[in-house]
Amino acid sequence: MRGTQPFPPAGPPAAPGPGAVIEASGLASGYGGKIIWSGADFSVGPGEFLTVLGPNGAGKSTLLRMMLGLLPPAGGTLRVFGGPPERGNPGIGYVPQRRALDPDLSISAEDIVGLGVDGHRWGVRLSPRAGRQRREAVAGALAAVGASGYARRAVGRLSGGEQQRLQLAQALVTHPRLLLLDEPLASLDLRSQQEVSQLVADLRAEQDFAVVLVTHDVNPLLPVTDRVMYIAGGSVSVGAPDEVITSENLSRLYQAEVEVITDSRGRVFVVGLEAEAAHPHSPATTAGAQS
Amino acid sequence: MTSTGMITPLAAQIPGFTPGPGWNLIADVQGMLRFAFMRNAFAAGTASAIVAGLIGYFVVLRESSFAAHAISHIGFAGAAGAVLLGFSPVLGVAVLSLAASGAMGVLGKRLRGRDVVIGLIMAASLGLGYLFISLYTGNAQNAYSILFGQIFGITTGAVVITIGTSVIVLAVLTAIFRPLLFASLDEEVAQARGIRVGAIGIGFMLLMALAVSEAVQVSGVLLIFALLVAPGAIAERIARRPAAALAISGGLAVLITWISLALSYYTPYPVSFYVTSLAFVGYLAARAWTAWTGRAGRARRLAPPSRGHHDAGVRATETATVRT
Repeated sequence: MRGTQPFPPAGPPAAPGPGAVIEASGLASGYGGKIIWSGADFSVGPGEFLTVLGPNGAGKSTLLRMMLGLLPPAGGTLRVFGGPPERGNPGIGYVPQRRALDPDLSISAEDIVGLGVDGHRWGVRLSPRAGRQRREAVAGALAAVGASGYARRAVGRLSGGEQQRLQLAQALVTHPRLLLLDEPLASLDLRSQQEVSQLVADLRAEQDFAVVLVTHDVNPLLPVTDRVMYIAGGSVSVGAPDEVITSENLSRLYQAEVEVITDSRGRVFVVGLEAEAAHPHSPATTAGAQS
Repeated sequence: MTSTGMITPLAAQIPGFTPGPGWNLIADVQGMLRFAFMRNAFAAGTASAIVAGLIGYFVVLRESSFAAHAISHIGFAGAAGAVLLGFSPVLGVAVLSLAASGAMGVLGKRLRGRDVVIGLIMAASLGLGYLFISLYTGNAQNAYSILFGQIFGITTGAVVITIGTSVIVLAVLTAIFRPLLFASLDEEVAQARGIRVGAIGIGFMLLMALAVSEAVQVSGVLLIFALLVAPGAIAERIARRPAAALAISGGLAVLITWISLALSYYTPYPVSFYVTSLAFVGYLAARAWTAWTGRAGRARRLAPPSRGHHDAGVRATETATVRT
């Protein structure tokens, strides 16, 4: 298993370079002695966009938790900004999976974003100068994500897409060099998915931060992502989308026959994985299930 | 003593009582505060109401109102045990509720079926408290006052302890205010930003136990929920800024306590009845207010742009196959 190799690893990392935002070699993920996936060698350069794909439970979110310093690697090494991952790294902006807010919550949108500025500090804010700087930073972040129009509205009454933009503003208010997004497109309609993908891409172009985005649907991100990482079957594959999302490569990862289909609009579909899809060639579908 | 059978205020039995209230508010307040027991009641009531209001806002934000309710009931066993052993019942509440809230804080949200466990411990504690009371051969009024409050009977020494506890709670709350707010609103991001959300959670539960121990004197363990949760729930609905929410929550708790003390002084009915009634009416008013303003706000907003009209069949196919 590559995750237990001595260092430096024998295999060359995907794209090593000076000042890499993230460098992983032989990285493995898991809890309590149980390995979820292993053998990940990759790096993310400044301003690069990496989309992390894979089925539910494949260990996509644990990759982000390792980068945040909330979970130690189960094997191999992971370096963030050239050092070990640490909790509370101010260079990282993090948008976790969106949870439904209490609709009665009347706190204003700008206060939610303001938590990103000084919410981790002890005591109360007394200096008027700090208050002014905080207001300016919040106004800038809200404008950047196009949320200025509802800065003073109650967050509980905003739509899912609007709350999503606030989370993004909160993560970006400190001008991080790395933005981690966990399923930012889940439970959004197709139009909002495209809007949020484009927004992240535009902000990256303006502010030049690297992006690691976890999703189970790559299609809204195909126009904007540089590379993809596919986690499945305990293994990891990293590269350009058309290198990674191929029938051969995914069949190898899943250790089952799967097929990648590209439609007339360039969207890719991975078929042959879910029994409920009842696809004739599905390896997961038993003969009895084919009605 | 009245012999007519008419219902009269308890305070009417004390020499110097002026029936009222009259039209002169200042004279009425002066009349009430001539009595040491009223001065003590207002001092302790105000100190505990401020803390209950401020802690209550976070109780609502953290969705911990069941834990707050349970802690007060667990505290009842402590109070009854303390009475049996000859200690102050409030001390008993403080010891047992601190222990219970510390344990709940350590268990955190990890424990599956947390509500079931808390509920069972709460019921067991109430049973234990009832046993202690039945073993106690002294004045049953002591037990009654634990359940429903005894603010008019508070001693000057207890007033000093109550104010001191409030000062401690306010100092700690000020110190942890921002991380506590962050962890209460968005635990995952707070954790990623380096906040020790577990430690903050335990610290908050201990503050809540102190707030409960104080407020038990005003409203008793059975009725404490009103003073601890209603002002915070009202503030959560109407305040835009966290500072404003805390001011509203603390201010409402104090206002409810003051009005209740005054009403109870002039009428024969108990303080905690007024506290719970005012809290309930206030909450209904806040709901009505937000429902009204919410409807007006929605009407002002432009109609949302129409979402993409996808053929349902196409969309179903997409979601079924794209999810890998």
